[in-house]
Amino acid sequence: MAFIEIERLERSIGAHNILKGIDVSLDKGGFLVLLGPSGCGKSTLLNAIAGLQPPTAGDIRIDGDSVVGLHPSKRDIAMVFQSYALYPNMTVGQNIGFPLEMAGIPKAQREADIATVARTLQIGHLLDRRPAQLSGGQRQRVAMARALVRKPRLFLFDEPLSNLDAKLRVEVRAEIKRLHQQTGATIIYVTHDQIEAMTLATQIVVMKEGEIQQTGTPAEIYNRPANMFVADFMGSPPMNMLPGQVAEDGAHLIPEAAPDTPLPLPAPLAPGRKVVLGIRPENIGDDPTGAVPLRLDLPVEIVEPTGSDVFLWLRLGSALLTARLPGNAQPPVGAPYPVAFDMTRAVVFDADSRQRIA
Amino acid sequence: MSAREMAIATAAGPSRLNRVVIYGLLLIFAAMYLLPLFVMLTTSFKSLDEIRGGDILALPADPTIQPWLRAWGSACIGVTCDGIKGYFWNSIKMVVPAVLISTALGALNGYVLTKWRFRGHKLVFGLMLFACFIPFQSVLIPMARVLGQLGLSNTTAGLVLVHVVYGIGFTTLFFRNYYEAFPTELIHSAQMDGAGFFTIFRRILLPSSAPIIVVCVIYQFTNIWNDFLFGVSFASGESAPMTVALNNLVASSTGVKEYNVDMAAAVIAALPTLIVYVVAGRYFMRGLMAGAVKG
Repeated sequence: MAFIEIERLERSIGAHNILKGIDVSLDKGGFLVLLGPSGCGKSTLLNAIAGLQPPTAGDIRIDGDSVVGLHPSKRDIAMVFQSYALYPNMTVGQNIGFPLEMAGIPKAQREADIATVARTLQIGHLLDRRPAQLSGGQRQRVAMARALVRKPRLFLFDEPLSNLDAKLRVEVRAEIKRLHQQTGATIIYVTHDQIEAMTLATQIVVMKEGEIQQTGTPAEIYNRPANMFVADFMGSPPMNMLPGQVAEDGAHLIPEAAPDTPLPLPAPLAPGRKVVLGIRPENIGDDPTGAVPLRLDLPVEIVEPTGSDVFLWLRLGSALLTARLPGNAQPPVGAPYPVAFDMTRAVVFDADSRQRIA
Repeated sequence: MSAREMAIATAAGPSRLNRVVIYGLLLIFAAMYLLPLFVMLTTSFKSLDEIRGGDILALPADPTIQPWLRAWGSACIGVTCDGIKGYFWNSIKMVVPAVLISTALGALNGYVLTKWRFRGHKLVFGLMLFACFIPFQSVLIPMARVLGQLGLSNTTAGLVLVHVVYGIGFTTLFFRNYYEAFPTELIHSAQMDGAGFFTIFRRILLPSSAPIIVVCVIYQFTNIWNDFLFGVSFASGESAPMTVALNNLVASSTGVKEYNVDMAAAVIAALPTLIVYVVAGRYFMRGLMAGAVKG
């Protein structure tokens, strides 16, 4: 039995179904990321777990006991909100101490707990300030401290990094990861940022329009996406998608964009089937070892250096493919460039159902 | 003279003329508004003889505070000659609880209507808004009956009740619009931290409500203090509020008309609202702005 079990959870407002039967389970100490575009229902699911928005059907169990119908404060859950939700009229110390005060913990004990958690998050020098006097990153830390200080059995994070600038986001992300490793806390984390999901999660749930698209470890989600939505959502730049038909021999794809360039399939399929071949940019590129059998000379249309990598936009018939080269590569624009296709890492989707078939 | 030079020359001319006209008009209107106050104040410091013989706009030749003392302590209202001080305290006893209760209830209503929404909350708010537009006159008779049945006729408590009931529509409107802009995430956060309905209200919402509380208090204080209709309808004789007493003082037709005492009494009657506005006025503007921009 898992620590968190969510079973056939539904929520609808009027005729509109926001959650259409969600099943999720998470072991103690796990870090679950709910990932999806805005409007996919991930925040609604989080609020249902928190008790802020009751579900219309289904069950949520924590440690074996159903919490549906239980008041938020009785669930022993702490939450970090997107806007941090710090109480503007209280100092940082009072903010952190508020949940303890509500729990009726005596002042001396409270002070000690606040000091401990403030040391963990390096905000000890800010305890007498008010939230308005803090920077975004400091507010984020205070919000985490307020959640941590209660030592709840479950932490919820609702897009906690989306109000921070890019540099700070990376810092706080690492901070959250460190906290998870140190405390062994169980965390459910909502984001629309696939990098956050990949870096933080032990388990990712990809959602779209109120339904789960795929559940798995970051590696599974990234390498073996269940369908074209997940494949496209994960990874930046996104996976290259080549629609086409399986050739007579069942082992090659005839791409629609370039019918005279058959590409080998990662697994044999029924001849004539309409499929979509997916291959990630990092699986197209230089091959210094010469171990990759498929090599093509493709004209370079655009070169995008990012510093650590160089992305190439290559012309294959009427399609453009993205390839990734090391940061020191200097490919000429306009001229053909030899790239190797690692087809063992490619995936194939059915063109109609959009599900992965190989 | 080139076209450009002409344009510059004519630009400076009309702009100076505009200023003169604008400030001239403003001065005239300011004088129009200040003149009655000036007459009231000067008259209240004059003796009756001077008023009868002199120019209404002249400053008092021999200033005296006698009319103020008389108005406060010994002027005749109806059959008693104890001045307006008793009625002044009546008004205080009416206005303080009425303002506090209606503001508190408005804050609670605003809190519930924005953060604890229930089915039909829009209808309830709509009805409360509607209450703001009911003319006072149309509720006089039903209200008199209700007060009679509650045993509150001719009492200050009855007036407090009437003003609270009538004020709730406005105070609810103020607080609802203010709390509408208050982040709901804070309420959710406090809920998860274990705070209950009233704790959230008291610890999270109220400390951030100072501007709107001031707006509400000024608005309610001014309205209730200045009310005449409810006062004259539901409280007569000993329990009448200041406004009614002032009317009785000025309108009494026996003996010599003491203009100086009337004026002093009128200024005393206007003083509390003036003080409230001066003390809390800057918050008033700030509160109005806050609501306007955030909402």
